[in-house]
Amino acid sequence: MISRALEGWSRGLAAAAAVLMVLAVLAVALYAPIEREQGLPQKIFYLHVPSAWVMFLAFFFVFIGSVRYLWKKDPAWDTFAYCCAELGVLFCTLVLATGPVWGKATWGAWWTWDPRLTLTLILWLIYSGYLILRASAASEEQAARFGAVLGIVGFADVPLIHFSVLWWRGMHPAPVIGLGGVQGGGLHPAMLYTLLLSLVAFTALFLSLLGLRIPLRRAEMEMRDVRRLSTFTQT
Amino acid sequence: MKFLLTTGAIVRKDILLEFRTKELLVSMLLFALLILVILNFALGTGSAPAEGALPGVLWVTFTFAGVLGLNRSFLTEHESGGLHGMVLAPVDCEAIYLGKMLANFIFMGVAEAIVLPIFAVLFNFPILGRLPALLMVLALGNLGFTAVGTLLSAMAASSRMREVLLPIILFPTAIPVIVGAVNVTGRVLAGEPLAHSVPWLKLLGAYDTIFLVVAILVFGYVIEE
Amino acid sequence: MVHPTVSDQPIIAARGLRKVFGSVVALDGVNLELRPGEFLTIFGPNGAGKTTLVRVLSTLTRPSAGTLTILGVDIPKGSHAVRSQIGFISHQALLYPNLTARENLAFYGVLYGVPNLCERVTELLQQVDLAGFSDRTVKTFSHGMVQRLAIARALLHRPRILLLDEPYAGLDQHAARLLRGLLAGLRSPERAIIMTTHNIARGLELCDRMAIQVGGHIVHEAPAGGIDSTQFEELYLRFTAKG
Repeated sequence: MISRALEGWSRGLAAAAAVLMVLAVLAVALYAPIEREQGLPQKIFYLHVPSAWVMFLAFFFVFIGSVRYLWKKDPAWDTFAYCCAELGVLFCTLVLATGPVWGKATWGAWWTWDPRLTLTLILWLIYSGYLILRASAASEEQAARFGAVLGIVGFADVPLIHFSVLWWRGMHPAPVIGLGGVQGGGLHPAMLYTLLLSLVAFTALFLSLLGLRIPLRRAEMEMRDVRRLSTFTQT
Repeated sequence: MKFLLTTGAIVRKDILLEFRTKELLVSMLLFALLILVILNFALGTGSAPAEGALPGVLWVTFTFAGVLGLNRSFLTEHESGGLHGMVLAPVDCEAIYLGKMLANFIFMGVAEAIVLPIFAVLFNFPILGRLPALLMVLALGNLGFTAVGTLLSAMAASSRMREVLLPIILFPTAIPVIVGAVNVTGRVLAGEPLAHSVPWLKLLGAYDTIFLVVAILVFGYVIEE
Repeated sequence: MVHPTVSDQPIIAARGLRKVFGSVVALDGVNLELRPGEFLTIFGPNGAGKTTLVRVLSTLTRPSAGTLTILGVDIPKGSHAVRSQIGFISHQALLYPNLTARENLAFYGVLYGVPNLCERVTELLQQVDLAGFSDRTVKTFSHGMVQRLAIARALLHRPRILLLDEPYAGLDQHAARLLRGLLAGLRSPERAIIMTTHNIARGLELCDRMAIQVGGHIVHEAPAGGIDSTQFEELYLRFTAKG
């Protein structure tokens, strides 16, 4: 079971994540070359892209957790889905914070309704809605059930949102590494390695955060239950 | 056969209820008219909003009024316990979903059919020549919105936040429909033949299909404890 | 009260039923058996879990643990299959206020696949003494009338199991007497009835067996056999005092 494994390795994961993040920062600062056209601000790329990657990974996990919860009714999968959604929204916020900063520095506009950022914004809205839906449910069981449904609907929507915002701008799919701002078909090898290192570091960070959040969430639920039980027996 | 009978009974029941109370359609229409008027002032300085904004005006009106209708549909079930009543009966939950969805589709369709000529009058926009194409876009957009909307409003109606929650979870999810519908509507109103909008129509069709299937698969989990 | 011989196979068999909401334990290991022809009344204070128990037996709510077999079918897996044999009257009327009595019954009749629906609806409206009001909307009904219509709704499909959750609540004497008459007429060798109530006199009137539920489990169960209200009240107070 994923969360059990994560918890078991969480200390190891946290250590690995810490090391990798330090390495990544060093690589970004010292190893990655300064991009010709955009200059220093381009290095936000190494924060922005991995955040986006982690965000998609997290929402994919929410989808998996949601499906498994509906199928098996196992609360552990629901806890998993919920924690992934929280972290997903967190990293989503990071993408939305770094995107405009990069945009302003590069071409003077905070927001250009760029398809990828727009998709990210919409996902932020959907998964914040997920959290609100769960928070306002009539019971824990309903929160889990409804959350699972929205977790599935939200993820199924991703390709549809992607194409609709892309075509709305009259644009065509860009080459994979032609990620917003980096022109052309290929990355300088040093940039590529730095990016990959960042990706791995961020993924490790995500997994270690997940390994910490899941037992915390379980403890929160138990606390809430104990509190409710004590008021119940008082009446 | 039982499936169709059940779906039909639910649709008939909702239409009968609406005939009796007229609450849904009247509120949707008034609200839609209100939005049209406000948007007119919001988007135009002096005369009228730019022609490019008109498809958006139409679909904002439809979707906002549509949310009103979706909310009411499950709220009446919730108040009377009707949803429990239907779950207790030996019927497939897919039939319940389709029944509610079709009823919602019909109500939204009726509202759209009334709003469209009003829109044409208020903004002096000739639509008669483009009616068939327009109706097709309306139907596709309506279907997608209602398919997801019925599923999500079933959840929103059971939550503590009730009506307030539905727009929050429905609108982001429905963005592809809105974008697609606005785009095609724009082209149709500009006189372009539908053939030019094929990718968008495919997108709308894909959205409708995907979410109808997803909703049918998961609706049971929403209504059964 | 003499009743026809009951068959051996239980219509409802529950073992160790638990229902947990968060960590509020509404049902804590309920064992229950009901045979065709039996009328069981469950008494208990507020919060004892009677409503939850009835909702679980109606298949509206799934149990958190334990086994439940209705008409030989495992619940919740086979819930769908047995729903056509269950009639449920709950706190909520499950009726549409803006539809007439007849329209309400006709709607549910289609859902339950009731044959000869028109005649059946007329027949039922007469049975619950609402024939004169069949074309009036439910929102014009008094509480007693709503209750009677709810019973008609529950009987549409001639279910073998009737579950009534506090049917006497909020009824005046006249309505209560009507209800009692109705319930008495419902007893049959194939049908099993469970009723929950606070009302000791009404509860004892019709039942063959009675049970007391406190804090999520059945603390006492016995045949009703001639016990009178005062004796029962003492018994009841004895069991519920500990709660």
